[in-house]
Amino acid sequence: MSAILPPSERLWWKQPIDKVEWAWIAIAFVWGMIMFAMMIYWHIYGKQNLSNEAYKTTPELFAAKAEKFIAENTIRTETERNIPVVKVPAGGDGYLIARLWDWYPILELEKGQTYKIHLSSLDYNHGFSLQPVNINIQVIPGYEHVVKMTPTKEGTYAIVCNEYCGIGHHSMLGRIYVK
Amino acid sequence: MATTYRTCPVSGLQFEDQAEKLMRWNAVAGVLWLLVGGITALLVILTRWPAIKLLPADQFYLILTAHGIDMLILWILFFEMAVLYFASSTLLRCRLATPKIAWLGFWLMVVGGIMTNVAIFQGESSVMFTSYVPMQAAWHFYLGIILVAVGALLGTAVFFGTLVVAKRDKTYQGSLPLVTFGALTAAIIATFTILAGAGILVPTFFWSIGLIKEIDAQLYRMVWWGLGHSSQQINVAAHVSVWYLTAAVIFGAKPLSEKVSRFAFLLYILFLQLASAHHLLSDPGMSAEWKVLNTSYFMYFAVMASMIHGFTVPGAIEAAQRRKGYTNGLFEWLRKAPWGNPVFSGMFISLVSFGFLGGISGVVLGTEQINMLMHNTFYVPGHFHTTVVTGTTLAFMAITYLLVPVLFRREMILPKLCQIQPYLFGISMSVLGLVMMGAGTLGVSRRHWDMAFSGAPFQYEWPGAAYLMMGLTGIFGVIAVIGGGLWILLVVGSLLFGKKLDGGKVSDKPTPIPAATQAASAVAHGSDHVGVPGTVVLALLLFVSFVLYYFVNWKYLSEVWLLS
Ligand code: HEM
Ligand SMILES: [Cu+2]
Ligand SMILES: [Cu+2]
Repeated sequence: MSAILPPSERLWWKQPIDKVEWAWIAIAFVWGMIMFAMMIYWHIYGKQNLSNEAYKTTPELFAAKAEKFIAENTIRTETERNIPVVKVPAGGDGYLIARLWDWYPILELEKGQTYKIHLSSLDYNHGFSLQPVNINIQVIPGYEHVVKMTPTKEGTYAIVCNEYCGIGHHSMLGRIYVK
Repeated sequence: MATTYRTCPVSGLQFEDQAEKLMRWNAVAGVLWLLVGGITALLVILTRWPAIKLLPADQFYLILTAHGIDMLILWILFFEMAVLYFASSTLLRCRLATPKIAWLGFWLMVVGGIMTNVAIFQGESSVMFTSYVPMQAAWHFYLGIILVAVGALLGTAVFFGTLVVAKRDKTYQGSLPLVTFGALTAAIIATFTILAGAGILVPTFFWSIGLIKEIDAQLYRMVWWGLGHSSQQINVAAHVSVWYLTAAVIFGAKPLSEKVSRFAFLLYILFLQLASAHHLLSDPGMSAEWKVLNTSYFMYFAVMASMIHGFTVPGAIEAAQRRKGYTNGLFEWLRKAPWGNPVFSGMFISLVSFGFLGGISGVVLGTEQINMLMHNTFYVPGHFHTTVVTGTTLAFMAITYLLVPVLFRREMILPKLCQIQPYLFGISMSVLGLVMMGAGTLGVSRRHWDMAFSGAPFQYEWPGAAYLMMGLTGIFGVIAVIGGGLWILLVVGSLLFGKKLDGGKVSDKPTPIPAATQAASAVAHGSDHVGVPGTVVLALLLFVSFVLYYFVNWKYLSEVWLLS
């Protein structure tokens, strides 16, 4: 007669299901379908979808590509560490290195332009967390992730690292300018 | 095999001697890990509270690693072993299959747990419980977890064996009780989970001692979450079973429909194996199709299962109460429930908090695109403190108020404090979850020592509201630690100093469960179909909150930079 005893109706699977229960099951089912459809809808009509473009790479390969990009596009350096500020060509490719414990280099973008930003890590996992926009992307060593981004507002943005990456994790802060 | 059976005079439950000892030892070991986990919780919370910031960075990450392992793995797993033995040997009134193996499993888990903790506290293994490669821990960190997993697998095997024993010895007739069926679900999922765990942790262990050169970082995350996520589904199946158990013990509640509840458990088994996907939604290495298909567990069938249990558990209680005559209005059945009984109040807070906070936030977090707003922020631990803590942990705490008298034969000490403990812990932990999610919505990172980014080349100032949320996190976190500490105090105090209770008759043969007679079943069912309008209202409230919160987040998403 209760949930801790065998069902008192031996043929419990033949017992009818109450209307109210059916209704709730139907609601849950339909809602699940709506949520499933919503993700697909957003892939077709939404404007915020995470890119699927990713390649296997190695730290050496990725660092070399990024250094070339930096050498060609640096416009100035900032802070006492002389971090290069690199203007990504409008509509072009930009590279962002995640490593213990910085985001390198500083990128400069223009509002309304679309960029292909290549993300990878040279060592551990890191977390690209763009603030205060609050976009969060996992950055994994060995994988080059090409994310198309279009900034919608001017300003100075921070890249926080939000995947634990060791003792200096909290000091891993990068910067993006949007002009 | 010579063993004895004791029939508890209070509850009528029948305990086989070996199973009883195993349940006690597993439960006590679980409580001790909860104690260690609770101390680490206090240190974590006092460090994340920006006004206090207690520990230096290295110690913070060490303690946080210990918190994850000791709570999520050790406290929960040990207690679940006790639940498995209870749901098999006790509810089916049979002897435990191969108790020697069960003891071996127990000691493997003890040794493994200690080994991993030694590794952590030696300081070379602050890698968090997820231990993402290529960050490397000491070899005994991984070996300890592997031993725990093997131990748990043995316990699970003993559970399966015990079901066979009961069937063969005909200690019950007909089908398994629903609670045992739920535990069976948990055990089946556990088997899959532990195999996935072995698939990743064994190679990682070899890597840590130099036998394997490299492990792909993305592959690791994928297989690891096959362990990490599915094991949360074990917890859900286990605590839903405990909810049904509580409803049965306190109200004599029977499921609204055996068919529906069992079907919902079955959905858990069928549709969660690839749920690891929703931890990888913001990862580079997987296609969008794969993510969408898997994060929706093949179209949200597992979510549907939880929504069904969320309806049938309170529904069963309402039906039982209405049969007793509490039929006025929508909610007399609930108002007149035994709110002063911690077994009930804890269970009900667990149900509500898990449904409204944990369930809704989990589905939103697991939506492919929306995940980008929350991935690795403080939202994530906020979410799972309302699943694995107010859901699983609180349900286990509540049922312990029942187990102390019937299993340990001790009266609970300080009954007034027992009454308030579930409220203190359940409510503060729910608020803690909420404010953590609030901080995460504002972008604050999880696993992060310093919101001020000391030593960084730049400055970033979090919004004032984020600091407010983190301050509240500190306050409610401390209250939650007090609520959890109180439970440990009450339980351990009762085990040591509680009044000894009569154990009841001991016999060397099990007394089988009497077959349900036609008369008994007519009394239980009769033709008295009762509606559950109060539960319908609660369920609709849940549904409306769910829909609103879900679409609010799409709105947030539509306001960020464009991404493609
Ligand atoms: C007693 C009160 C508790 C408090 C105040 C508390 C507090 C916290 C906080 C603030 C974090 C996030 C730290 C960060 O990301 O920086 C955290 C992480 C965590 N907590 Fe708790 N917790 C408590 C109990 C529990 C329980 C009972 C469980 C499990 C059953 C649990 C499991 C976890 C896990 C798995 C993590 C993630 C660790 C990681 O990120 O590696 N906690 N806890
Ligand atoms: Cu980092
Ligand atoms: Cu980091």
